[in-house]
Amino acid sequence: MSSAPAETKSSLYGLMAEFDSAESLLAAAHSARKAGYTKMDGYSPFAIEELDEALGFKKSWLPLFVLLGGLTGVAVGYGLQYWISVIDYPVLVGGKPYHSWPAFIPVTYELMILFASFAAVISMFALNGLPMPYHPVFNVDRFSMASNDRFFLCIEASDPKFELERTKSFLEQCHPTHISEVEP
Amino acid sequence: MSSAVQPVVQQQLGENQVPPLMGPSLTYRSITEKLSDVVLSGHIPTSWFVALAIALMGVGSLTISAVVLLMIGTGIWGITIPIGWGFAIINFVWWIGIGHAGTLISAVLHILNQQWRTSINRFAEAMTLVAVLCAGMFPLLHTGRPWLAAYWLFPYPSTMGVWPQFRSPLIWDVFAVLTYLTVSLLFWYVGLVPDLAAMRDRAKTKIGQIAYGMLAMGWRGSALHWQRYDIAYLLLAGLSTPLVVSVHSIVSLDFAVSVIPGWHTTIFPPYFVAGAVYAGFAMVFTLGIPLRSVYKLEDFITMRHMDNMAKVMLATGLFVAYGYAMEAFTSLVYAGTSNEYFMMSNRMFGPYGWSYWTLVLTNILIPQLLWFRRVRRSVGMLFLISMSINVGMWLERFVIVVVSLHRDFMPSSWGMYYPTVWDFATFIGTLGFFLTMMLLFVRALPAISIAEMRLLLFEKKHHGKHHEKAHVEEAAA
Repeated sequence: MSSAPAETKSSLYGLMAEFDSAESLLAAAHSARKAGYTKMDGYSPFAIEELDEALGFKKSWLPLFVLLGGLTGVAVGYGLQYWISVIDYPVLVGGKPYHSWPAFIPVTYELMILFASFAAVISMFALNGLPMPYHPVFNVDRFSMASNDRFFLCIEASDPKFELERTKSFLEQCHPTHISEVEP
Repeated sequence: MSSAVQPVVQQQLGENQVPPLMGPSLTYRSITEKLSDVVLSGHIPTSWFVALAIALMGVGSLTISAVVLLMIGTGIWGITIPIGWGFAIINFVWWIGIGHAGTLISAVLHILNQQWRTSINRFAEAMTLVAVLCAGMFPLLHTGRPWLAAYWLFPYPSTMGVWPQFRSPLIWDVFAVLTYLTVSLLFWYVGLVPDLAAMRDRAKTKIGQIAYGMLAMGWRGSALHWQRYDIAYLLLAGLSTPLVVSVHSIVSLDFAVSVIPGWHTTIFPPYFVAGAVYAGFAMVFTLGIPLRSVYKLEDFITMRHMDNMAKVMLATGLFVAYGYAMEAFTSLVYAGTSNEYFMMSNRMFGPYGWSYWTLVLTNILIPQLLWFRRVRRSVGMLFLISMSINVGMWLERFVIVVVSLHRDFMPSSWGMYYPTVWDFATFIGTLGFFLTMMLLFVRALPAISIAEMRLLLFEKKHHGKHHEKAHVEEAAA
């Protein structure tokens, strides 16, 4: 830090405020949004229901991917059985028709659930950009408490309203227990 | 609440008060530390080593039995005509049923927003995974030559050009069980990710940091991530719920689609599902009670959990009792065919009559003790009753598989079933495998969800205040 006396926006990832309760983090998120900040994220040891709204996040597309996954599963499951039993190698079993659709339902159903579940998990990780072994927020030593009992709000330097001193004094008004600069 | 009021409230509640869901002194930090220290502190209780030693003997037994079976063939087992489905299928159904409570606790109770699921769902899900693995071994071993069975189990382009027969419940079973295993694994892993991050941040050794760090995938608790995480988790719960119902229904169709008296009945799917949940809750008790006392987790798995689980067990036990009663009624009175009538009277008074009445005793009569609150709040009694149900549910599958097969339509083809030492060695082997995996699980991963316990504490602090029950809890605390 001492080697870069004139700090500019780009030399930092952002400013991080630490809180000791979920309520303070929520309040800080609300006032940051009111103050016009848009590029920020909260970090908490458990899911806080109202926090994503407070930070202005939009609804996720994830359920749509799960629906598409389920429909793919139905198509694959039914298509597989139809192609095998009717087209590729028809075998007459117990006088049942080649296209015995009621008997094809269980496997179709299972594959629907299988594909939809994979869609849910994969799209959750993909949309979140995980796995991501490195992220600037981990440069803050105290951030390891984000998985314990501390709550963090990080206003990112890429925010158009971000100005080191002004943002710092704004965060100080939110009664954090700590404020740290986040190295990129 | 003033201190003067407190004793009065307590007095009024007396025995009727609802015990709290978590210990009164817990904080976010103490939850994190207590649950992760079980793994990270490096202190391993002697009882863990003793249990592991016993469990590993079981693994040895399983390994030897499997090798001998693959070298010689299924002839080493007691299966023969007319009883072609012996211990292997009994154990398969028993194990897969045990898995069902894990999914019920983690998925169904999550959708129903039952907060008491939180401290038991993680290890119940682990139990599901290992139980399904144990179950899956049996059909594979039962084929005798699993490597030759692949072409009729899995739809892959074999050189013979033939495919599985999709009109058979046995192939539905392959898909149902494998889907169940995979989805349970996904659900369990997604639930673990935030806790793996907590373990990463608290691990002191380099190996621990790297291992948990890789598994945590760089989870940082971002609000945006939590939003998607919650949606994905809820959807997985929603997908697992119909899945768990379908799995044991399909297992029951292995029997019900055939024409054997005692198997050919429409009550099987719901009755199997209820029995599965029943057996699974019994296994949660069998595992949870020692876990709770060895690791001093009474603040997390409280008497409230015990009480609620005992009630679920009692209710599902009554479904099962209804199933038995309805089976007896349809066979003896309603069906009006001599084969059905003979099957049931043979089941009750034939050479295997002892198994039927022991089943009624262990699975129906003894669990009725759960009607008494004092029994539901006694850890020792719950443990004994859960063992009784474990035995009872195994006998149920014995009655269905062996007793139905041993005397079918023609007296000339009747026979008796004599399991061999290898049947027992394989079964005991899977018990050892199950126990080994569970012991390794509690050593390597947090057995109770840390993130969800924190959320429960948060909710208790906030929303609880509007809730009358919470007032009672605070007063009691």
